[in-house]
Amino acid sequence: MKIVVDFDLCESNAVCMQIAPDVFEVRDDDFLYVLNENPDESDRERMEECVQRCPKQAISIED
Amino acid sequence: MAAQSIHIVGASLAGIRAAEALRRREFDGRIVLIGDEPHRPYDRPPLSKQVLAGDWDADRIELTKPEKFDALDLDLRLGVRATGFDLPTRTLSTSDGDDTIDAMVVATGARCRTLPGIEDMAGLHVLRTLDHTNALRAELDAGPSRVAVVGAGFIGSEVAATCRSRGLDVTMIDPMPTPLGRVLGEEIGSLMADVHVEHGVDLRTGVGVDRLEANDGHVARVVLSDGAVVEADVVVVGIGVIPNTEWLEGSGLTINNGVVCDATMLAAPGVTAAGDVARWPNVRFDEVMRIEHWDNAIEQGVHAAERLLVDDANALPFEPVPWFWSDQYDRKLQMAGRIGSADDIHLATGSLEEQRFAQLHGRNGRLVGVLGLNRPRHVMQYKTMIQNGTSFEDAVAAEI
Repeated sequence: MKIVVDFDLCESNAVCMQIAPDVFEVRDDDFLYVLNENPDESDRERMEECVQRCPKQAISIED
Repeated sequence: MAAQSIHIVGASLAGIRAAEALRRREFDGRIVLIGDEPHRPYDRPPLSKQVLAGDWDADRIELTKPEKFDALDLDLRLGVRATGFDLPTRTLSTSDGDDTIDAMVVATGARCRTLPGIEDMAGLHVLRTLDHTNALRAELDAGPSRVAVVGAGFIGSEVAATCRSRGLDVTMIDPMPTPLGRVLGEEIGSLMADVHVEHGVDLRTGVGVDRLEANDGHVARVVLSDGAVVEADVVVVGIGVIPNTEWLEGSGLTINNGVVCDATMLAAPGVTAAGDVARWPNVRFDEVMRIEHWDNAIEQGVHAAERLLVDDANALPFEPVPWFWSDQYDRKLQMAGRIGSADDIHLATGSLEEQRFAQLHGRNGRLVGVLGLNRPRHVMQYKTMIQNGTSFEDAVAAEI
């Protein structure tokens, strides 16, 4: 599973960071950093939640 | 007890997320998704921003990609309006005929409030649906001399910002002393007033609308309650919404400013509600809520769907920390939890002067809310603290 963020869409609402702070981090520069681009398959449900709750629909999962 | 089929009434954000949750929980019965708009579920926040600005077209805002949507295997009924429900016989009436339901999620949302006593006329708009947005966008494309925005709430503020980004002259009118003051408080409200004025909005606060006047059936001016006249050929009214519950009058469900649910989102056996239309006691805050936020529609849609798959003994309360955002110009406003009922307020980071801060709201010694302007990371970290029941003192002392 690969996490892909469309940084043209991302507006750093940080919803993903609240759900999965070990994978997503919005820093003081207001940009999102992906800490782990390849989360374990067992983490799929949590990653799907990040995809669904991103207000900008900027996150996708490539299988 | 397990439902064989589930009707979801309302095909917007809460409804589609409910349908997806049912399939994710391996519900393999029939799912009927009923929506009164002709469109497949689409995302509303971009309507007042990217779509209205002309940057995005409708295909950018579908909520579920076509292949995933088709895989849900829904009995999809678009352009169909729910007209009535009878709980004893479990009869759902629609513009397309009657159905006996097994289980149901009510997600009929809300509609725009209109100015009382003012007749509809060309050039007068509200903004809630894609069709509304397309109609307004077409008028903005034609280059109106001035847009009058009635109501400086979230929709009004975003529409004003978008119109300014299109280079249009804008007057925004609100009877309250500051934009969003009722929600954000006077201090932050007056800061938001400054933001609008800095961006060239002609802001008229503390004054209402007396009447609209038309030329040849098309709106031409807004007459304010203090007698001032605003010449405008487009008027956008954003003065809040009304939950769509009329079709449930006399149904046997309890209606009181929304569909009244228990703490688990159950309105009656086998009937749940979600999204703007649902009212329920959020036990986390010991408060009865009806939330009109985007994120709530998702979480509540999922919860209301899953509630139909478990028996009463295994049902969990729905106790979210509400959260929303509003983008205006280059400012991102975010709020989590409850503000407005605080007995203690603390500016945790930044300052009002730089228009970049996080403000903490405490009640009875607990952190209950955070309001941020261009501080998304902080808002989310404090939201986690609200979820964890952190004391106000600890939240203030925390270094994040």
